Amino acid sequence: MSTSSLNRSGFGSPVPLLAVLASGLVGIALALVFFVAPEDADQGLSQKIFYFHVPIALTAYACFGWGAFKALLLLWRKEERYDLESYVAVHQGTIFGALTLATGSIWAKASWGHWWLWSENQLVLFLVLFLFYSAYFMLRFSIEEGPRRANISAVYALFGIALVPVSFLAIRLAENVIHPTVFTREGPQMTGTMFFTFCVAWVAISALAYALYRLELLGKRLDSNLRELREALSS
Amino acid sequence: MTFLADVATLARKDLRLELRARDTLPAMLLFVVSTLVVFRFALPEGADDVAAHGLLWVALVFTALLGLARAWAPEREGGALEGLVLAPTDRSAIWLGKSAAVFIFLCALDAVALPAFALFFAPVSLSTVAGVLLANVGICAIGTLLAAMAAASRTRELILPLLFLPLAIPLVVGGVGAGVSAEPARFLAFLGLYDGVFAILCWASFEYVVSE
Repeated sequence: MSTSSLNRSGFGSPVPLLAVLASGLVGIALALVFFVAPEDADQGLSQKIFYFHVPIALTAYACFGWGAFKALLLLWRKEERYDLESYVAVHQGTIFGALTLATGSIWAKASWGHWWLWSENQLVLFLVLFLFYSAYFMLRFSIEEGPRRANISAVYALFGIALVPVSFLAIRLAENVIHPTVFTREGPQMTGTMFFTFCVAWVAISALAYALYRLELLGKRLDSNLRELREALSS
Repeated sequence: MTFLADVATLARKDLRLELRARDTLPAMLLFVVSTLVVFRFALPEGADDVAAHGLLWVALVFTALLGLARAWAPEREGGALEGLVLAPTDRSAIWLGKSAAVFIFLCALDAVALPAFALFFAPVSLSTVAGVLLANVGICAIGTLLAAMAAASRTRELILPLLFLPLAIPLVVGGVGAGVSAEPARFLAFLGLYDGVFAILCWASFEYVVSE
């Protein structure tokens, strides 16, 4: 086993450090959200979920983008490792997308009294993306492992990144015909402290996503290395 | 020029197969008429034409899915896809030929579905027809590629709707809007944009779907 593959198997990996950093940042963000940021004049305590909901949504986009970028690299350079990286990024993106739906739904209930609002464009977009990327997993796990699966997964992940703006435009258009806009989110402008808290929360969630990404990647690589070893031993 | 000739040959092959075997198109036509009849009874008394327009698009999308699920069946059953991939032509020609054939099937479908809709529910405006034609381009471009992906998987027919429907949502938005909105031009432009974006993506990425 070469040193580079040893490194990729987790020896001397930065994952523990990343995990500590991410949990520290999340702790700081929580403290800022609950003890430093002023309460919103209009929405009160329920507005605090904004500091998690929006960073989680942005992180989900980032994960999908990262997955599509790795997919492009796979198709371009034909290196096997990009397949796993793309898959793990899409996986994390789907997890954060589901969290976005959950937090958005809670916020909608707290502010407007409904668990689901079709007038919330971003939430509807996340629902479409969630369905789209759920199908990604169905597709991936019904194709036999190999270069064909890697290619098809990569093409599908690339479609996702094209679907985001197209769907967003579609949802904006649909709103005008089918659903009148009932609520807008034009609250009061953010104060300096609120904005600072938001930025810290964003960095914290991003660090958390990156740590999870590296952790899952590490686990998956260990898994496949172990499988290879087993096969080598049994043959 | 040889590229276009290859595309025409491949599309012609699909049309000839369909003309001889009549596997797919009659089933699609019967399905869309049955669906419209079901919708007549699914709509509550007093429902307006706007609701019926929405259902027309549900019928069109699902019938297209029925056809798409069979799109690669002749190649798969005959084991011909490997041969096509090895043929000395650009692999996107395979996609374009299949898409062209599917487009013609979809137009034949609409030639039955739209008059049936006008007969059962509400008159069809010119902008609806334009919307349907533009959506056909998107459906055949995306659908042919996704059907090729699904054909490579173990669950084939089961997985195609899961892959296709999230991508078809913008098409439904554009199509319904073109039919019921007061200013259909925006929706038709949106459908054109969708067709352009996804046709280019499919064209560029098809070769990765069929080759290893």
